[in-house]
Amino acid sequence: MFNKADNHNIELEFKKQRRAETLTAAGSSIGAVILALIIGAVIIRLLGVNPFDAYRALIDGAFGTKNSIAETLLRAVPLAITGIGITAAFRASIFNVGAEGQLYLGATSAVCVGLAFPTLHPAILLPLMAIAGMITGALWGGIAVLLKLKFNANEMINTIMMNYIAIYFVSWLVHGPIQQPGSPLGQTAGLSDNAILPIILKQTRLHIGFIITLLMVLLTGFLIYRTVWGYQIRVTGKNMFASQAAGIKVKWVFLSSMLFSGAMAGLAGFFEAAGIQHRMIENISSGYGYTAIVVALLGQLNPFGVLLAAILFGGLQIGASTMETAVGVPASAVTLIQYLIVILFIGRKAFSLIIQQMKKNRKVAA
Amino acid sequence: MHPPLSSQKVNLQMQGITVRYGSFIANDGVNISVDHGQTLALLGENGAGKTTLMKVLAGIIKPESGRIQINGKEVQILSPIHSQQLGIGMVHQHFMLIPTLSVAKNVCIGLKSAGYPFPNILKVENELIKISEKYNLQIDPKAIVSTLSVGTQQRVEILKALYRGAKILILDEPTSILTPQETHGLFGIIKFLTGQGCSVIFISHKLNEVMEISDRITVLRQGKVTAEISKDETNEKDLSILMVGHEFTKKRTIKPVPPEASELVKIDRITYFDERKLPVLRELDLTVKKGEIHGIAGVDGNGQVELAKVLAGILRPDSGRIFINGNDVTKLSPGKRITAGLAHIPGDRQRLGLVMDVSLGENFILETSGKEPVSKHGILNFNNIRNTSKQLIKDYDIRCISVDQTAATLSGGNQQKLVLAREFSRMPKFIIAMQPSRGLDVGATEFVHEKLLEQRENGNGILLISTELDEIFELSDRISVIYEGKILATLSREVANRERIGLLMTGKTDV
Amino acid sequence: MIGDLFSFLTSSIFEGFLTASMRLAIPIMLAAIGGIYNERAGISNIGMEGFMIVGSLTGFVVSYYSGSVWIGILAAIFLGILLGLIMGYFEITLKVNQVVFGISLNLFCVGLTSFLFRIIFGITSNSPRITPLPTIMIPILSKIPVIGPILFQQTALAYITYILVLITAIIMYRSAWGMNIIAAGENPEAAETMGVDVIRTRYYAIIISGVLCSIGGAFLSTASTGLFVQNMTAGRGYIALAILVIGRWDPFGVFIAALLFGAADALQLRTQLFNFDIPYQFLVMLPYILCMVVMIFFSKSSRAPAALGEPYDRGGKKSEI
Repeated sequence: MFNKADNHNIELEFKKQRRAETLTAAGSSIGAVILALIIGAVIIRLLGVNPFDAYRALIDGAFGTKNSIAETLLRAVPLAITGIGITAAFRASIFNVGAEGQLYLGATSAVCVGLAFPTLHPAILLPLMAIAGMITGALWGGIAVLLKLKFNANEMINTIMMNYIAIYFVSWLVHGPIQQPGSPLGQTAGLSDNAILPIILKQTRLHIGFIITLLMVLLTGFLIYRTVWGYQIRVTGKNMFASQAAGIKVKWVFLSSMLFSGAMAGLAGFFEAAGIQHRMIENISSGYGYTAIVVALLGQLNPFGVLLAAILFGGLQIGASTMETAVGVPASAVTLIQYLIVILFIGRKAFSLIIQQMKKNRKVAA
Repeated sequence: MHPPLSSQKVNLQMQGITVRYGSFIANDGVNISVDHGQTLALLGENGAGKTTLMKVLAGIIKPESGRIQINGKEVQILSPIHSQQLGIGMVHQHFMLIPTLSVAKNVCIGLKSAGYPFPNILKVENELIKISEKYNLQIDPKAIVSTLSVGTQQRVEILKALYRGAKILILDEPTSILTPQETHGLFGIIKFLTGQGCSVIFISHKLNEVMEISDRITVLRQGKVTAEISKDETNEKDLSILMVGHEFTKKRTIKPVPPEASELVKIDRITYFDERKLPVLRELDLTVKKGEIHGIAGVDGNGQVELAKVLAGILRPDSGRIFINGNDVTKLSPGKRITAGLAHIPGDRQRLGLVMDVSLGENFILETSGKEPVSKHGILNFNNIRNTSKQLIKDYDIRCISVDQTAATLSGGNQQKLVLAREFSRMPKFIIAMQPSRGLDVGATEFVHEKLLEQRENGNGILLISTELDEIFELSDRISVIYEGKILATLSREVANRERIGLLMTGKTDV
Repeated sequence: MIGDLFSFLTSSIFEGFLTASMRLAIPIMLAAIGGIYNERAGISNIGMEGFMIVGSLTGFVVSYYSGSVWIGILAAIFLGILLGLIMGYFEITLKVNQVVFGISLNLFCVGLTSFLFRIIFGITSNSPRITPLPTIMIPILSKIPVIGPILFQQTALAYITYILVLITAIIMYRSAWGMNIIAAGENPEAAETMGVDVIRTRYYAIIISGVLCSIGGAFLSTASTGLFVQNMTAGRGYIALAILVIGRWDPFGVFIAALLFGAADALQLRTQLFNFDIPYQFLVMLPYILCMVVMIFFSKSSRAPAALGEPYDRGGKKSEI
């Protein structure tokens, strides 16, 4: 058909096109962020506050000092780690909306292990707690996939239901069997020093969980793009029928992607309990399991993108409270901007559609 | 509703119709014309542009240029409903029916004249009974479409078109799902319709049928009209040259399989019930020998899809056993069967054969991703994947730009080559080929057939399941007929003939 | 014996349970009835939860300031139309992944309502209240044992809901438009050849769904409680999705299934009052557990519309995430 030189040129052209596509994809995430911030500015203006002042306070609160950077990164930890788990599940077309419940249960069982062996050496105790949290999160998530495989029950609805069940169950635990003796609050006794994650940046709360998060991001990237397991997750998510016909154990792919997802949520729970609260409390997560979904989407189901999105969202959340005290814009405005970012990102195709339409109109006019 | 057929005479002309899909020209200045009471055959191989042309007439596609005249008046066909108002009715190859609704409801969806906002279903049913009796269509308008046989559903489509006032009826490959005997019945209906003054456009690539039913014939090749002739002025041989550009090279000379060839696959009394608990395969027995192509003929929907899936391990049979090389594989997963030497060329390659949104390279390793040298200790070897993929693309002449492009960007023929390349590169022993040339043009079909014969030469066993009798006769050493989930008879290549197979396809064994 | 049973059935405790069952069922029922339209038309609405919470807040705020619950509900209807249009634009025109968009929209709506509530009412210790819709006793009918309290001792909005169930059944099974919806959800390509405008049909369906979900949410704040609480829908939008499966996309099936859930919810609330030795957390879990268990039984046999979740493109192209 083509001669060799032509062929080579075509292939180069194709590669160029692919690179352009990758850039556009990254650009669309950034574009969504910028557009959402602009819309946020309009809202802030409507509240009678100068948006520049508000955003300055926000950025200051998020990245202004060593401590604020540490807090931002600290907030990014549960979002990133849960987000990469969700990435694996969504890639396999398993819609795990249950990370919140998995996180709660993971945190609880990690703390239970910590309380049971307060004198064990940290090098043994901390991994034990992490493993307990991961296993619990994985099992809780795994139930939803087993119900899907066995009864064709929708895993998205079930994981939502299981969130409510898990959170109420944990509420009962911390008000009942594992409540701190003598305390009226819904919390357990404090963890011993051996069961607390070491700090990696002096005079801040930034703990070793952040390093582990970075390692997990690298590991997940490797798993998804370089291993047979990741490959099978990707193809099964795209076409489970062809994958099954080709001998891929799709049931195992579904289950294992969820187990991984649940384990990551459980690990995040362990970090929150052993790194920040130093005990189990009733409201250990302020919706990290849900926010992590949009973090995963904004990160385009790419672990490295997820990490960046998590740091961005961490910064927004930490900066929000500074902004509230400084200029009086409610912190929930930032929550709104977060979700707006993702809505805009999902609807990114609208922009090219509108441009097309405008071009067409101009043609008609001419 | 108006009486379905008026005495008014109709005449349809399409002139210079051009349709493009991107850079591909599907119709290139096509002219056709059909008269009152006439049957026009539109003859051409797959991809020649027949269906596209008819979609223009049905208001589904708008042509880039060209004129359409009905009764001498130029018309613009704006939408499907407008096309129907102009008296055009189309029976699509894939039925345009809503399976969960009754025949009567199917007929009057989108028709305000049936009563709006509340259609008078009872009245429609009575009218349908009358039309059905008049044309001997034998349809109960109260029946839910999903409970009807394929042949009946086709008649529902005809009934629907007639009820909607069709004077020009387009039938797109109507016989591909019918037995020779059912085809005969359909031809009776067509003759009756034209006798009543209706015009029929009959789309087909089967020469014998075209010669039997049509008055005039228009031949399309690669989007262009190559001939427009009266049936009496031509013959099958001339038509075949017009259709494919060269004469059919039929009847290969194949070395016969030695009778002492050992048995490769044995299927022993397989029974399979579908989701509705209805038996789809009923104690089916079958063998495939080494170095043999065993063709399974039959009308679509007699259990072929399930047979292929049961053999590939995608469906679990309810009873019975499957042996490959004497080993019982009945309980093995698809993956283990693949390891045992099974290859599967599925009928629905886009759904079952390929992952359309990932690269060619990733499609090549779909079955081997867990094995060396594609991967080691669970880690993919991209160098190996790239090199193997490039080699396969070269060996199987897959027209593409890069191994990184997605399977979705390939043409149908190249997608099928991709599947063949993947399956055959694993050196399988037993191959299930389901409708391997469906939707392919002559060149690609030829390629697929040659590759299958090559596998046969290598001593591998092939189960060829096809509804195309031509394909079955051309390739098979033995021919079995499947009917309602059972093998009715197995005939050797020498004793099988069209008539006998055709009768068996309708379930008649006493011949 | 029979006398005992009768006096139990007519006791105020049991009657209270029965009226509460329907009262708690109505929001889910409204949302699920809305779901019948869009899912039968072949388009999913995972965003029901979000639609409901927006309806709750809108209904409450507008009632609060206008002094009329009905104006509040009207406002909720308007917001429902708007949300339906947005969802239609994303799912029908842009053809985005419907699950991903639905989940994200829910999160967005929860964030939006919390933000707006905070802006409008500030941080107050005593939460603002409105007078909820009054109960209307239907003469004679409300006196029938069991049936009376369930069906005929309710608010006007509940009676409207019954009518909507009936209207939906008539539309789906008798009207030309219902046939269009079913055709668009089973085989959109065929529907188009028969003269159905699939895109428009789906837009109408999702807008109706938006309106009904929004009214369902407004019912929570304006008819059940008279106040707005952050995240007060508490997963009811997702339960409504399950109700659709359990009710097999049939208006009457949905009616029964929603009532079952209302009863479970009423039961756990009443049990809490009785101070049994059961921790309240286990009682609150009950509806969610019930939802899972019942789904397990119905999922295998329930058949969804064939083209559900598949975007329709006149050119025949497929969608991407």
